[in-house]
Amino acid sequence: MSPRRIAVVGASAAGLAAAEALRRFGWTGTLTLVGDEPHPPYDRPPLSKQLLQGAWQPDKLHLRAADQLDALGLDLRLGTRATGLDTATRTLTLDSGERLACDGVIVATGVAARTLPEAAGLDGVHTLRTLEDALALKERLSGTGHRLVVIGNGVLGCEAAAVARELGHEVALVGREALPMARTVGTQIGELLAAEHHERGVRLHTAAVDGFEADGDGPARRVTAVRTADGTRLPADTVLVAIGSEPAVGWLHGDPALDTTDGLRCDAYCAAAPGVYAAGDVARWQHPVHGRDLRVEHRMNATEQGMAAARNLLAELAESLEGDEALAPAAGRERRPFTPVPYFWSDQYGLKIQAYGVLGGADRSEATVVDPDSRKAVALYGRDGRATGVLAIGLPPRQVRGLRALIATPVPWEEAREGLRNALA
Amino acid sequence: MNITLDADKCCAAGQCVLVAPEVFDQRDEDGIVVLLDAAPPADQHDAVREAAAICPAAVIKVDE
Ligand SMILES: Cc1cc2nc3c(=O)[nH]c(=O)nc-3n(C[C@H](O)[C@H](O)[C@H](O)COP(=O)(O)OP(=O)(O)OC[C@H]3O[C@@H](n4cnc5c(N)ncnc54)[C@H](O)[C@@H]3O)c2cc1C
Ligand code: SF4
Repeated sequence: MSPRRIAVVGASAAGLAAAEALRRFGWTGTLTLVGDEPHPPYDRPPLSKQLLQGAWQPDKLHLRAADQLDALGLDLRLGTRATGLDTATRTLTLDSGERLACDGVIVATGVAARTLPEAAGLDGVHTLRTLEDALALKERLSGTGHRLVVIGNGVLGCEAAAVARELGHEVALVGREALPMARTVGTQIGELLAAEHHERGVRLHTAAVDGFEADGDGPARRVTAVRTADGTRLPADTVLVAIGSEPAVGWLHGDPALDTTDGLRCDAYCAAAPGVYAAGDVARWQHPVHGRDLRVEHRMNATEQGMAAARNLLAELAESLEGDEALAPAAGRERRPFTPVPYFWSDQYGLKIQAYGVLGGADRSEATVVDPDSRKAVALYGRDGRATGVLAIGLPPRQVRGLRALIATPVPWEEAREGLRNALA
Repeated sequence: MNITLDADKCCAAGQCVLVAPEVFDQRDEDGIVVLLDAAPPADQHDAVREAAAICPAAVIKVDE
């Protein structure tokens, strides 16, 4: 009999959480962790914050110390890309040509930054997803007096704009949405964020980007401006394209058993096929409480879902591999639906934005600005008469934690409003 | 069990406090994690391991 093996594909937050949980829950077989980046698992949220700002060096981003990684006894394949998965035989193919027969696979390949086709081969145009991306942008923004245009006013664009302003650069933030992050946080909180960015000297533009202007030829072609559809020319020596991301599912397209529309589709247990689970930014799963498919690109979810996928995979294997020594007794667990209360935070200037639950897809939202000067605010988000999400800016931690309970499961709108009033009283 | 924190990394998510309120707390001003007990009793160990695993900023290190 060949040795038992579980492979986790994607060596970042979700993949690491899955690998650790597999060991914690008792998997003693081979544990292969495949990551196409050359680095040991590192954290992404600081890339647009402390790293870009210059407060942290890259080594601070490591998710685990070397001894903690060693203790997991991994078959660690860094700088290695998975190129295919045959779900029928659970065979994983690597870019080296190697084929690994697996008992279980956890897909945690995340998402990749989207870019604009016009940006290809233009010096000065950046995206921000990986450590290399962040170091390149940071290098670009070293020194003073740069003119940065950020395309896309979602969370990432807003954070980078804030850091660049704090570093003293000229910053223009261009978005198709009129207000920063409005698609996530709604118009009232969007207005509050717009006011903050405006006050800090960021120029806000609402427009679709039409293309770039550049000088020079060949590889020396450097961006000089961003053109928008309404005819505005925004001078720039540096551009950040922050227009969202695409789930990294290209390598799975060969298998007809998998649905890879907008991420790898899973059931409520995070299973995409027998013995194949997914976690993190790449996973779209059926949230039993919200009653619809969710794909959550938040740091907290990567960890929680990695752990859930690990637990459920082991529970499934425990049935088929009963009595096998690769499954220590601790693995006697049952599968559980993954029903998290999603959580995200964002830091912009001194503002800490925190949210619980589901904000996207809301058909109603209501914000209360508690203190306009310090931008202290809370907001409630809902759909079909129920409150599903809550957001806080500048609230004390105890109060923020209290808000989680309000929408842990969707509740009637009026009930949540009442709860929010009490929480603030 | 011995717990150490790299509190500088903390993003004030408060997940550790939700999971192990007897071991972790948050500063009122900025939500940064506070360690209440660096060597908690055995009945807290599972909760602490869970908190360390779930912390979205890899702040909590547990040596056993
Ligand atoms: C700059 C930035 C700031 C952020 N800030 C916040 C924040 O403040 N708050 C918040 O809640 N969230 C934030 N996020 C989101 C958060 O970082 C993600 O939700 C989280 O990183 C998702 O983890 P993951 O492991 O699912 O995916 P990823 O971190 O994307 O990791 C996937 C890994 O898989 C690798 N991979 C892909 N395809 C293959 C393949 N075929 N073979 C092998 N390896 C492969 C990738 O290279 C990558 O290393 C931020 C993200 C970024 C980029
Ligand atoms: S869970 Fe981690 S990031 Fe959140 S408060 Fe605790 S230590 Fe800080």
